[in-house]
Amino acid sequence: MQKIYAVSEITKEIKTLLEENIPTIWVEGEVSNYTLHSSGHRYFSLKDENSQIRCVFWKWQAYSLSFEIEDGMKVIALGNITIYERNGQYQLNIIKLKPLGIGKLELEFQRLKEKLFKEGLFDESHKIPIPKFPQTIGVVTSPTGAAIRDIIEIIQRRAPDVKIILNPVKVQGPGAAEEIAQAIYDFNEYKKVNLLIVGRGGGSLEDLWAFNEEIVARAIYDSKIPVISAIGHEIDFTIADFVADLRVPTPSAAAELAVRDRAEICRELNTLINRLITLQSSSIEYLKQRVESAIKSYGFRRPMDLVGQLTQRTDELTRNLFKEKKNCFEFRKKSLSLFMGKLNALSPLAVFGRGFSLTRKLPELLIIKDAGILKIDDRVEVKFLKGRIESKVEKVDKE
Amino acid sequence: MSEKENFESALKRLEEIVQKLEEGNLSLDDSLKLFEEGIQLSRFCTKKLSEAEKKVEKLIKIGEEFKLEPLDIEEDEE
Repeated sequence: MQKIYAVSEITKEIKTLLEENIPTIWVEGEVSNYTLHSSGHRYFSLKDENSQIRCVFWKWQAYSLSFEIEDGMKVIALGNITIYERNGQYQLNIIKLKPLGIGKLELEFQRLKEKLFKEGLFDESHKIPIPKFPQTIGVVTSPTGAAIRDIIEIIQRRAPDVKIILNPVKVQGPGAAEEIAQAIYDFNEYKKVNLLIVGRGGGSLEDLWAFNEEIVARAIYDSKIPVISAIGHEIDFTIADFVADLRVPTPSAAAELAVRDRAEICRELNTLINRLITLQSSSIEYLKQRVESAIKSYGFRRPMDLVGQLTQRTDELTRNLFKEKKNCFEFRKKSLSLFMGKLNALSPLAVFGRGFSLTRKLPELLIIKDAGILKIDDRVEVKFLKGRIESKVEKVDKE
Repeated sequence: MSEKENFESALKRLEEIVQKLEEGNLSLDDSLKLFEEGIQLSRFCTKKLSEAEKKVEKLIKIGEEFKLEPLDIEEDEE
């Protein structure tokens, strides 16, 4: 007897057969009959020229959907084949959906990019150089989330002397683009910052969409303060990235780039100081050597030598001078006694000793050498060796 | 704003001085002058680097006016 299946029974068999034999697969097709149910679940068909397959995209699977699904859109879907038992319908239970070819958002992105590029908003010549030592950094990002925390942590670690000012904004959803643009204008009005970091953490194309909006692009372009865009999207660029003066992939990268590590600068500074001091010491050493060798060299020594010679000669002369003075004195003494001796011999006192006397006419005491001077009765004094007499002349003989 | 510009130009000038001294060909007088300038710049730069403010503030706009308020980083809501 053939088995007779109940409907649900056979349906279950078919379901098991399908589910066990067809793994998770990618299916490519065109969207049609799309509905977004009030429950939040999405129902549509994927079709090609010859066939179609029902699809269901549960709300909880579709959280990461970054675009709006539309009829006619070409997509690629990752999912499992199941059977909805109630109506015996097989369907593709979608896990992930991606636009194939150009999606709506992508089209918009391309359009705006072209437009702004033509206007010159991306021109290199317009970009402002990023300052090497900003004193105050303005940040445009969400006050919650990892972006601002990372930026603060990195800047404070590398450069604790730098001031950080946050202008908090929404970074996704309606109104975000306007807030971001306004924050950039605010900083430009406030003026007291040297650099702006504009960014957010990672997310889907839809999450980051605010940074693809024209109003943000223009605010960055108009900014007189240099802007680093740090929109956490490792591979793709947003429009803001093209306009910014510098683009980095993440907010952390922005912080690293914005401030030089003070510890590193200290090391560089120390090296410079060492070089400075070494240079000075070696140039002094060099000069010292030059002076010393100049002193040693004969040319320079000559004056010193000359001085030495002169000094010595002076001493010598002085010594000689004293010696001669002494000699001179000695000589005088000797000749004096000789003279004295001679003198003694010539002394009249010595003549008296021999019996001669000295006769002098009184009262003038005129020494008489000639008797003819005297007359009879002249008075004369006669000196002897010892004593004297006074006498009268009795007779004169002129011979 | 000008304070940190001074740091940057001070560091640059210091590098210049060291380079000039390395090239040599300077009179004793000139090299002494440069050395002195270099030491002063070194002192200035070292002092700047040891300043640590660690200030984080929030920009508030009230009408046309701006005000700074201390910032409290809230925990991640995501």
